[in-house]
Amino acid sequence: MEQITSLVQIKGIRDGLLATFSDAPWEDQRAALLFQIEERSSFFQGARLAMDVGNQILKVNDLVDLRDRLSERNVALWAVVSESPTTEQTSQLLGLATRISKPRPEEQKQYADTISDDTALFINKTLRSGTRVEFPGNIVIMGDVNPGAEVVAEGNVIVWGRVRGMIHAGAKGNRSAFICALDLSANQLRIADEVSAMLKPQKDPKPEIATINSEGRLQAELWQTG
Amino acid sequence: MTAQVITVTSGKGGVGKTTAVANLATALAADGRKVVCIDGDIGLRNLDVVMGLENRIVYDIVDVIEGRCKLKQAMIRDKHYPDMYLIPAAQTRDKNAVSPSDMIRICNDLRPDTDFVIIDSPAGIERGFRNSIAAADRVLVVTNPEVSAVRDADRVVGILEAEEKGNPALILNRLNPVLVRNNDMLSAEDVLDLLGIQLIGIVPEDESVIIGSNRGAPVVTDPKSRAGQAFRNIAKRIQGQNVPFMDLDQQSGLWGAIQKLTGRK
Repeated sequence: MEQITSLVQIKGIRDGLLATFSDAPWEDQRAALLFQIEERSSFFQGARLAMDVGNQILKVNDLVDLRDRLSERNVALWAVVSESPTTEQTSQLLGLATRISKPRPEEQKQYADTISDDTALFINKTLRSGTRVEFPGNIVIMGDVNPGAEVVAEGNVIVWGRVRGMIHAGAKGNRSAFICALDLSANQLRIADEVSAMLKPQKDPKPEIATINSEGRLQAELWQTG
Repeated sequence: MTAQVITVTSGKGGVGKTTAVANLATALAADGRKVVCIDGDIGLRNLDVVMGLENRIVYDIVDVIEGRCKLKQAMIRDKHYPDMYLIPAAQTRDKNAVSPSDMIRICNDLRPDTDFVIIDSPAGIERGFRNSIAAADRVLVVTNPEVSAVRDADRVVGILEAEEKGNPALILNRLNPVLVRNNDMLSAEDVLDLLGIQLIGIVPEDESVIIGSNRGAPVVTDPKSRAGQAFRNIAKRIQGQNVPFMDLDQQSGLWGAIQKLTGRK
């Protein structure tokens, strides 16, 4: 069993427990985690667990399954930290945190190195309330951004649909970033550190683009072709 | 018989989940279906009160799970419909007394000789909600034409999509056609526009709903009530019948608008 338990490291952090996974197959590691919890069930009773899953690519089913198994053992999964954007998106969909208070500077840098200005995250669905998408490049959304959803990009954000939630482009301070959408009646738009309050819902929506204008203010204007 | 398990949920509290469960179950029983309702709100039970069965409770769902009684012993027969039962929640325990796999097990035990199992989910998106949707074949999301209720419904729909629970259907409860006409309330069209899910029924605001709940006699049994008619129609749609939407507002073309909306995906 020595071998199994060493697959997953569990230690205490400020917000509860952190389980760190290695690159071994997901099934084995999941078994190892559940085994450790059952071994010391009294210690894990009512624990709040965060997981650092490294490069594992996890689908909704994987996480739902594990979360339910954990909750049956009275362990609450509250955060999944991952280097894979797919896994991160999955966790966000399930309403799990994707950051824990422990800063991870090495990985932030790693992200910045591998993602260039022309990398985009493509999302082919409507973002509903409670969803937060963050990406260190551009974000393209084929669908609506509903009230209560948040989109944060270091680059530009393009929405082929209605925006009624919050969008932050140029999140790391890029003042030339833009936001465009078929219908831009957002709760709030942000570009770099400029914030614009509620935009009025339009009767007859037209595509718009929001940028920081020459006076340094965030402004939305109708999309002009050509 | 293999039962269909239907979970009624909403995100926000107080929008009418329990009322919807009691009314739909009663309407299905009136149509001759065998129905079992499960109160999923452990610790804050009230489906028994709305159904008028409070003083008959001996065992509850936690007793079943913890092996203190058989499933049949916790099933309380309705006063009027012999084929309708309620499995009450425990009032003195909390949500951690039930797990998603317990709910799946109980529903699977009920499936062979029941037509519909209807689960009343607690408000929120935590453990109790997850218990309630674990066994669901179909989810009905209840909302009111209010911005906060719609936003919570949107969140719930997002979670249901993420958990691949199939396409939820929407019950829009407590719509007031007069307020909508004066632009003082979100219209059915506004709500559907945002949520983008299938509409299964609109229940108009109706005082008789509250009176019925307090008396422990669901409003569907009142043939004159508009809300009761709306719930009867939803029950028919659950059984796969194609029932036209009620004309809630004779003066404007709301009915036409709703028909147009329900025609879309």
